Amino acid sequence: MVRRNVVGAHYGLVDWLAQRVTAVLMAAYAMVVAVALLQGAAADFVTWRSFMASGLMRFFSFVLVLALAWHAWVGVRDIWMDYVKPVSLRLALHVLTLFALIGSVGWALGILWRL
Amino acid sequence: MFRTVTIRKFDAVIVGAGGAGLRAAIALSEAGFKTAVLSKVFPTRSHTVAAQGGVAASLGNAEEDHWHWHMYDTVKGSDWLGDQDAIEFMCRKANEVVIELEHWGMPFDRLDNGRIYQRPFGGHMANFGEKPVRRSCAAADRTGHAMLHAMYQRNVRAHTQFFVEWMALDLIRDEEGEVLGVTALEMETGDIYAFHAKATIFATGGAGRIFASSTNAFINTGDGLGMAARAGIPLEDMEFWQFHPTGVAGAGVLITEGVRGEGGILRNSLGERFMERYAPNAKDLASRDVVARAMVTEINEGRGCGPHKDYVLLDITHLPPETIMKRLPGIREIAIQFAGVDPIKEPIPVVPTCHYQMGGIPTNYLGQVVVPGKRSQNEVVPGFYAAGECACASVHGANRLGTNSLLDLLVFGKSAGETAVEELKKMPKAHKDLPKDAFERTLARLNRLETQKDGANVHETRLLMQRTMQKHCGVFRFAHLLKEGVDKILEVQKRVEQTEIRDKSKVFNTARIEALELENMIEAAVATMVSAEARKESRGAHVRDDCPDTPECPNGRDDVNWLKHTLWYKEGNRLDYKSVNLRPLTVETIPLKKRAY
Amino acid sequence: MASRTLHFKIYRYDPDKDRKPYMQDISVEVDENDRKLLDALVKLKAKDDSLAFRRSCREGVCGSDAININGKNGLACLTDLSSFPEGKPIVLRPLPGLPVIRDLIVDMTQFFKQYHSIKPYLINHDPPPERERLQSPKDREELDGLYECILCACCSTSCPSFWWNPDKFVGPAGLLAAYRFIADTRDQATNERLDDLEDPYRLFRCHTIMNCVDVCPKGLNPTRAIGKIKALMVARAI
Repeated sequence: MVRRNVVGAHYGLVDWLAQRVTAVLMAAYAMVVAVALLQGAAADFVTWRSFMASGLMRFFSFVLVLALAWHAWVGVRDIWMDYVKPVSLRLALHVLTLFALIGSVGWALGILWRL
Repeated sequence: MFRTVTIRKFDAVIVGAGGAGLRAAIALSEAGFKTAVLSKVFPTRSHTVAAQGGVAASLGNAEEDHWHWHMYDTVKGSDWLGDQDAIEFMCRKANEVVIELEHWGMPFDRLDNGRIYQRPFGGHMANFGEKPVRRSCAAADRTGHAMLHAMYQRNVRAHTQFFVEWMALDLIRDEEGEVLGVTALEMETGDIYAFHAKATIFATGGAGRIFASSTNAFINTGDGLGMAARAGIPLEDMEFWQFHPTGVAGAGVLITEGVRGEGGILRNSLGERFMERYAPNAKDLASRDVVARAMVTEINEGRGCGPHKDYVLLDITHLPPETIMKRLPGIREIAIQFAGVDPIKEPIPVVPTCHYQMGGIPTNYLGQVVVPGKRSQNEVVPGFYAAGECACASVHGANRLGTNSLLDLLVFGKSAGETAVEELKKMPKAHKDLPKDAFERTLARLNRLETQKDGANVHETRLLMQRTMQKHCGVFRFAHLLKEGVDKILEVQKRVEQTEIRDKSKVFNTARIEALELENMIEAAVATMVSAEARKESRGAHVRDDCPDTPECPNGRDDVNWLKHTLWYKEGNRLDYKSVNLRPLTVETIPLKKRAY
Repeated sequence: MASRTLHFKIYRYDPDKDRKPYMQDISVEVDENDRKLLDALVKLKAKDDSLAFRRSCREGVCGSDAININGKNGLACLTDLSSFPEGKPIVLRPLPGLPVIRDLIVDMTQFFKQYHSIKPYLINHDPPPERERLQSPKDREELDGLYECILCACCSTSCPSFWWNPDKFVGPAGLLAAYRFIADTRDQATNERLDDLEDPYRLFRCHTIMNCVDVCPKGLNPTRAIGKIKALMVARAI
């Protein structure tokens, strides 16, 4: 293969937009939790658990985990793209990042499921 | 030591990538010819970028206008020294070249109906000198910038081959006088090349840096003039230099005439609008030479402003701030940066500053370089073209009107390019052989500089030249100062021949470049001083104390003896003259008349 | 202001004689006529003709003399000498992120390559009309703040994304130029231009840190232009 400097993958808009949308979602989640905390949702373990176990909160937490993972994926990938030049190493890092994120999402969902 | 010269072959080589060079390059590249454009700086850094006020064209967008009126104004502005065939050609072509630029994307300001915005400018009048007319097509006060970028962009589209940061050194001419290209220095490596071409177009700009106080950029060192003069080509009408009325006092940075076009007023220390006395009709919008002299007269008679009473004020505080922000944003920036005043609140201190070289390499209106020969006074030099400020077509004669310079470089850049295209089509495929001594002059100059011992300092010699020119050949000229000036400038020339540089590096050696530039500047300076000393009349920008206004010589102009172009030859420091072409292409001659605004 | 002495620390490197770059301490006398940093540089060059830097118009429109001044990119001809604090040396370096040719002169090939890559010319496939193409003053206003760019490279060379990927990221100057043509009502290639830029490297390396806005000597705002490009892409995709 000739060594050519290539650009033109023609993606990025969805990621860029997703990063912004997920950020808004996470901010909203943080607000809800903050308000709940102020109202004493974490007064003791039982109240905290019942708050988090409610259907609405479980749905909201589920969305948060997905949003966080997507957000992190775009951000971490950007770091690899900025600083890591060898393509094979970059690919390996991308795959590792993906595995780590998917694993974390699965783990988080498991926790949510058990609530 | 410099010994080797690498040869590169092109159909055409253009020296200079300002407005004229880029316009010529578009013509050649789009016609499919292999064209090299050499420039000392990246093309958009050429000094066309600093033009502010606009480009003249009788589009008639704002009010009725006609190319014939424009022609009349240009002839009158030139004090009848302009060649009327070239002037007619330029004024008739104006609309075409401006519309072309618009089509290429130049961001002109607009009128409400969507057409190009036009503003009044000095000396541009309706109906053969009756009243000011809006003829200057403008992009805010950054017209040159917008134009240069649009033309560079068009060249990118046309795949023109640029040689950026290459300095042309000498013209290559064979025994028959045909021009076969140039030698050049690649600044980054210090290597010497020859560009062997069938057509050589000079668009090297003016030599405004020969004066101490100048609106011109550092790069405006008259390289084309130096190269032409060394190759035996005469320089035409070099005594005519425009002093722009409004350079920022001290800094020399240009304040466009468009400021007065938008309503700006010049005031002396008494707060008086003094131009009413000098040009009752056109007032602040009289021709540049008239305004500059009025300002100097005010200052000389003690009505200057400031602690040293050495400048006048350009006042736009009466204009609405929105107009200033919209139409003159760059001027406001310059005033704040270089004069330390915000023109919305305070007037700007200004003085006449050397701005434009009306003379240059003699050409016809097709852009071909012409010299006196056995058959006529205008014989074409085969293979050699020139356009823009370095050329003298002559459309500006003894004084240029504002906005006619951008027009000049468009029209004659284009016509030089198109003439070259026509000539190239007729030429055989093979290049004519280079003469044996093609590189001798270049190598000799470089090696002299390389080995010079106990020579003159470049910086000091340049300063001496600039001060000599400023003192002896300024806005007003005095017979005794000119006479002294000739001796002095020839003394300076001897020093220039013995300049020494300490830096001998091959890589981007700016010391060497400045020394080579000085060798070009001094040719322009000597030509100016000698031509000015010899012309015993006052005409346009050349005004002598010993040639005052008399009934026989209105404004000191002596049409009986001096209605002729000066030609200065480097060899023997010799002067010759040729007649002015008073016959236009299609219309009647615009007859000689006393010039008043 | 009477004459005073200015002290400089200047990056020097002449590949013809120096094995590696070094910082030179040098001082120069300036007087009341020397207002700008460029005036001082010209005086320095009169003292030592081997000091290499670019300059031309000396009024901030040609874009030649962009250098790194006390850690911040700017034009020497627009930098007031009075803005420098007394006593501290003025540190001058070439623009960061581009190869140095000599002293303060950098190789701008990569910068111009990116500028050229966005097709910096008007694209309009209609046959040209006899007269000018019409454009309302309001449509023309859209180009303000875009066409004034002088290609000095202060912005792109202060952008970390351009430092890391100068070969792939168009950079603020090039993207500003791209938007200048997208915003022009006379240009018909908006879609192609957006297609070309919709790329993780060419456009989306911009992380909106706004160094470009901070240093632009003409007061332009490339970040805003980049934002408008992204907004158009969203509008087109949604």
